[in-house]
Amino acid sequence: MDRVPVLKLGDILIVSIQIDLQDQSVLALQEDLADKVVATGARGVIIDITAVEIVDSFIGRMLATIAAISRMLDAETVVVGMRPAVAITLVELGLSLGGVRTALNLEKGVALLNHLEGSRIAAAVQ
Amino acid sequence: MGVTLSVPTDAGRRRIEELLQENEERVLKRWLEIAGSSSSSHVDRSSLAGQLRELYQALRQSLDGSGDSDLRGLLAELSRSRARQGFTPTETAVVVFGLKEALYESIETDGSPEALRGFIWFSQLIDDLGLLTMENYAAAREKVIIDQAEQLLELSTPVVKLWEGIVAVPLVGTLDSARTQVVMEKLLQTLVDTGSEHAVIDITGVPAVDTQVAQHLLKTVVAARLMGAECVISGIRPQIAHTIVTLGIEFGDIVTKASLADALAHALRESGVEFVSRKTRVAVRTEED
Repeated sequence: MDRVPVLKLGDILIVSIQIDLQDQSVLALQEDLADKVVATGARGVIIDITAVEIVDSFIGRMLATIAAISRMLDAETVVVGMRPAVAITLVELGLSLGGVRTALNLEKGVALLNHLEGSRIAAAVQ
Repeated sequence: MGVTLSVPTDAGRRRIEELLQENEERVLKRWLEIAGSSSSSHVDRSSLAGQLRELYQALRQSLDGSGDSDLRGLLAELSRSRARQGFTPTETAVVVFGLKEALYESIETDGSPEALRGFIWFSQLIDDLGLLTMENYAAAREKVIIDQAEQLLELSTPVVKLWEGIVAVPLVGTLDSARTQVVMEKLLQTLVDTGSEHAVIDITGVPAVDTQVAQHLLKTVVAARLMGAECVISGIRPQIAHTIVTLGIEFGDIVTKASLADALAHALRESGVEFVSRKTRVAVRTEED
């Protein structure tokens, strides 16, 4: 079974999906990610799906589940690099990924997380 | 029964063939008159005469049994060229049906029962040829329409860059599923290629918005959102706003603006660009986060 690596960059975890996801690898990824978030105290998770060309409702649900798990552990999830064809397919499937933030690419995803962190601290100061 | 009928029909057919041969010049002249009078001014008399003579020869040949494809080919060519030149269906059909009337005069003079019986058979033949003509005419017209629709599709979907990180799609003309699909794909691809986080869909040039068009727009906006870009819909005219509300279409939390200028101002504000009026000149300052 292929395992998807979880990379740590500062207090952000980066997951880049480059393989055809099977049920087993998705479950393993969700466990790995939850462990890593707790272990590192990460405040943000970025899932890069630039290499994903085919999506179904299963992938859509996976993204929503990962976002929900991360939010429970106080980390924001950002999905980056979605291809136009993938976005259109998800819309046609009726999945709008509510609760998941999105960004055009990894760079903008990191910027978004930094911005969110900034406003969170600002809110705490007030 | 078949035998008793077939003998006179054959006789009639022979008589018609003879008449077509004997009165060739007379019938052709009358045919040209009928076909020429029904067609409007943009028809060239001499070329029409040439076409009719060719058709007449082909018809007689096909009656002799020496080749049928020639006649059909000629008719197809005639109807195709007429469809492209913008002749009406009636003008095209009368060219073929005119032969019936032209021949009928010769038959009246002849007056024999074989000729009259033969005319029924001949008129069926001409009807068949007329139908063939119309079929070709319609096919040619359809092809013109398909070609134009494709050209329109290619022409009508520019994505323009308004500012660094802001792109706009000015939509002109009626939106249908095929066009929206093209617009959607092009817009999303441009967002990826340019790394733009804001898009403006301007519907000033869209004559009417119904539930289907609104559905397409909403899908585009949601797809852009999934990719991490925000869409603003602008150029909503008062009548269209009225229609949308009357139809009960919910745009949810999608930002809509009355004009493209408002949408651009909104997108600039969102991306952190601030406008400051300084006396009469307008200066633009970018705020660094």
